[in-house]
Amino acid sequence: MNQRVTKLRQQSLETEAFISAERAELITEYYRSAGNKSVPVQRALAFKYLLEHKEICINEDELIVGERGPAPKATYTYPELCCHSLDDLDILNSRPKISFKVSPEVRKAYEERIIPYWQNNSMRDLIFEEMSEDWKASYDAGIFTEFMEQRAPGHTVLDDKIYHLGFRDFIAKIDEHLSRLDFLNDTEAYNKQEELKAMGICAQAIISFAERHAKKALELACSEANPLRKKELERIAEVCSHVPANAPRDFWEALQAYWFVHLGVITELNTWDAFSPGRLDQHLFPFYQRGIDEGTLNEEQARELLQCFWVKFNNQPAPPKVGVTAAESGTYTDFANINSGGLKADGSNGVNDVTYLVLDVIDEMRLLQPSSNIQLSKKNPDRFLKRAARIIRKGWGQPSLFNADTVVEELLRQGKLIEDARQGGTSGCVETGAFGKESYILTGYFNLPKIFELVLHNGLDPRTGQQLGIETGDPRSFKGFEELFAAFKKQLHYFMDIKVKGSNIIERLYATYMPSPFLSLLIDDCIAKGKDYNDGGARYNTNYVQGVGLGSLTDILSGIKYHVFDHKNLTMDQLLDALNANFLGHEAVRQLLVNKTPHFGNDQDYADDVMVDIFNAYYSEVNGRPNTKGGFYRINMLPTTCHVYFGSVIGASAEGRRSGEPLSEGISPVQGMDLMGPTAVIKSAAKLDHARTGGTLLNLKFTPQVLEGEEGLNKLAQLVRSYFKLGGHHIQFNVVSAKTLRAAQAEPEKYRDLIVRVAGYSDYFCDLSEALQEEIITRTEHTEF
Amino acid sequence: MHKGRIFNIMKYSIHDGPGIRTTVFFKGCPLQCQWCHNPEGQRFDQELIYRPDKCIGCGQCLSICPSKAVEIIQGQAHYFRDKCLACGECCKVCPTGVRELAAKGMSVKDVLTEIEKDLIFYDESGGGVTFSGGEALMQADFLMEILKECRKKEIQTAVETAGFVKIETLRKISPYVDLFLYDLKLMDSSKHQNFTGVPNELILDNLRWLSENHPKVIVRVAIIPGINDGEDDLEKLGEFVSGLKRVKEIHCLPYHKAGLDKYQRLGREYGLSGLNSPNDERMSEIAQKLEQFGIEVKIGG
Repeated sequence: MNQRVTKLRQQSLETEAFISAERAELITEYYRSAGNKSVPVQRALAFKYLLEHKEICINEDELIVGERGPAPKATYTYPELCCHSLDDLDILNSRPKISFKVSPEVRKAYEERIIPYWQNNSMRDLIFEEMSEDWKASYDAGIFTEFMEQRAPGHTVLDDKIYHLGFRDFIAKIDEHLSRLDFLNDTEAYNKQEELKAMGICAQAIISFAERHAKKALELACSEANPLRKKELERIAEVCSHVPANAPRDFWEALQAYWFVHLGVITELNTWDAFSPGRLDQHLFPFYQRGIDEGTLNEEQARELLQCFWVKFNNQPAPPKVGVTAAESGTYTDFANINSGGLKADGSNGVNDVTYLVLDVIDEMRLLQPSSNIQLSKKNPDRFLKRAARIIRKGWGQPSLFNADTVVEELLRQGKLIEDARQGGTSGCVETGAFGKESYILTGYFNLPKIFELVLHNGLDPRTGQQLGIETGDPRSFKGFEELFAAFKKQLHYFMDIKVKGSNIIERLYATYMPSPFLSLLIDDCIAKGKDYNDGGARYNTNYVQGVGLGSLTDILSGIKYHVFDHKNLTMDQLLDALNANFLGHEAVRQLLVNKTPHFGNDQDYADDVMVDIFNAYYSEVNGRPNTKGGFYRINMLPTTCHVYFGSVIGASAEGRRSGEPLSEGISPVQGMDLMGPTAVIKSAAKLDHARTGGTLLNLKFTPQVLEGEEGLNKLAQLVRSYFKLGGHHIQFNVVSAKTLRAAQAEPEKYRDLIVRVAGYSDYFCDLSEALQEEIITRTEHTEF
Repeated sequence: MHKGRIFNIMKYSIHDGPGIRTTVFFKGCPLQCQWCHNPEGQRFDQELIYRPDKCIGCGQCLSICPSKAVEIIQGQAHYFRDKCLACGECCKVCPTGVRELAAKGMSVKDVLTEIEKDLIFYDESGGGVTFSGGEALMQADFLMEILKECRKKEIQTAVETAGFVKIETLRKISPYVDLFLYDLKLMDSSKHQNFTGVPNELILDNLRWLSENHPKVIVRVAIIPGINDGEDDLEKLGEFVSGLKRVKEIHCLPYHKAGLDKYQRLGREYGLSGLNSPNDERMSEIAQKLEQFGIEVKIGG
């Protein structure tokens, strides 16, 4: 890493996140004075207003320019989606973890202008108004969460189009579609016209935004004393006046073009779920190769530009939530996740020279953002996996590993074209999508063990005493395990209806009131259809419901099947008494459940078959339900950090878990219950049909000594290849000793830079809540004896 | 059906031969090495592993024990090993795993089922199954049946042995084994007798025979500081191994104390308390010394 990058990186690491009211003020100003326009045009003009009036920031010595806010780590808020209260701001300012500084001026702006305008007037307010009593009760009880109550549907990834087309080309395309509108026969023509007009306004806005950067760079160049920097600033000005108006001509312009697009997307709305460049290595390769061939670029320059690009991601903390509590700290990561490797559209090996360069950059930069992953196909060479494994072994949680062949299979199963599938990949945590062509939003996490807790209480929530679910019968009266499982399926069906009904309404609310014309013009086939991204404009429209607690529920059901029904060591009554007492005075029952139950994750069919039954029940319940955008609901199995929250709303459960403790995460076994080592975990996890999901998450923790030497590295690679041969979707490794983590807990100040894999993303260990820290420590260490 | 006595099957075993392996541990050994880190593998007879620290005093073992080997004293179950028949009845009812039988009776099919679970990992890594112990060759007939099945299924096999067996056993079994991991303890027979309970002539003769009659043998030596790592010991070891026909590889494994707690759980004394693991520098010194004999030396398995 050269001096420039070292400095930029250090600044990014040391600058504290703070709330900027710039966007909130501008958007409020705009709406106060907005005239009578169609909703899409209104949104486009708001976007234009933001980009025209926001402060332009070019940091000292940087090569890739543009910040979302007025400065690095300035964090925007989106009051039209959800408006922070003064209490929220005070908590954000003072909480010890994931804090955001709030200046008195920002607080004042909120108090005097922003809150008065948006209070009871945001999307969040609208959503809660439209949700049924059943939905609200389920939401409050922690049956499910809802992503769109705090942020807009984004959650998509770009393909290669911005590297071939400039925004002037987009405008020409939009104009062409406008001119072809058929107002005599197409009843949708007017709506299409408004949407296309809106896209055109946004395209022009991003061009002008880049020009403002060009102008600023020239101004800076004029007053710059250092001749080298002066030249750089002139070059920056040239780049910004060329892209994204036109297609990029070289490596530098390609990166800058993407960065403007990224800023556009995350300024338009809070897509706090992962807008990413996708196959960066493949997109950049032609520019890289041409530069090298023509002698206009060398490897070091390319590396430096990439590193400057990396810093830009890290400068943009994720916008914080509203309704925050000091305990719920969230994360700074905005879930941008860069893919490397995988396949090309023609199905051949996608690894190239830039892939290895990107891996170097990941290794050297060690930043929280952007997150990184490799897409590993059977067609990719082993050296690619080995290079990634060398970084993984260092133990800071990146890159994670995805099975490119299974990802393609998943996309094909959902009916996508094979080229689109091969050019797809994963984003966010582990979610599969067709890049540049799909809206694949997450609608919320779904608490599977909570559903079962209701089954054990005949629909009553023991935490509140409220009759929340339907009556599925007194479990004491069940004759066999099948009856119990049938009750679970009934209860699951009841709540999934509530969830999906809610999501379908929310989807319409966004389609109607909160279109995103800028994002739309980037995703096929929004322009061609004249339809917004939020209204089904994308070629593919998928809604995911993320199942949480698969490992926990498996062990719960396996325990009951084994001890109550098969071996009759316990009666249902005894079990319920023990659970209701949180095992107090029933320690022998708890010990029996913990020690004498077949657990998921040990490659034993007794428990693993139960897991497959749960998975299939969940799959059948969700998969294929229609959404309102012409697409379907699908499942994926990932928790982010929701398994901690979901555990906190469930009393003691039959895998020996005490009241309030976290659930298992992803498709990983219950923490500490995988006793047969990593091959058994992998075998168990591979028993579910990953191709029927849009992503699963498996976490293995190793201590460093297991992975020492070339042999340790080879064995890591072999474990990965084996899991992928079995059809596994994703695997990630935490390589750190429990001792180190304990030391970090004791003296956090010494371990500020300790990044660990949480669940589909990495985070600073010291920023995690204590519950999550404890959970990461408890995750089984697969040490070799 | 004939059953073998197995005390552990370990998956993702990465130090007992090439690749990712499964190691099957056979109970019973003719040697009683004082440094043994698998004491539960030494005796062929069934025994009880007992971890009183896990006891919650629920008393379930008390009522079920046929030989009255348990008493509750001040809310804690106390166990009297001399009365225990190791029948395992208490293990069935104990909720916490305080009590566990050291060995399981397993059929050939049982063992194969476990081995075959990890086929995909053997394929990917060039691994296979290792039979260890205890002394796997003490249950030679049972082992033979499993080896034949593995051969049918193209599963690579390794046998780890201390070599204190009849030559006929080796003759019979060696055609079905892909790799021998042959443990040498001490070159001096009387010292061998002192520390392991048996002399070493038979062991050395068997290794000579094996080196002439089996294509792949690796010698393994656990380096026990102060016991077998003297100049003289290493010299004799180097001389002996370099004189063997086809054996050209030694794996030196540093002594470790990981097995210490197990002695307590079996109600036995550990004979070597106070020894420390040799450090990395010492291990490479030893390796260099042995390499002078023209042998390939690897530290670790």
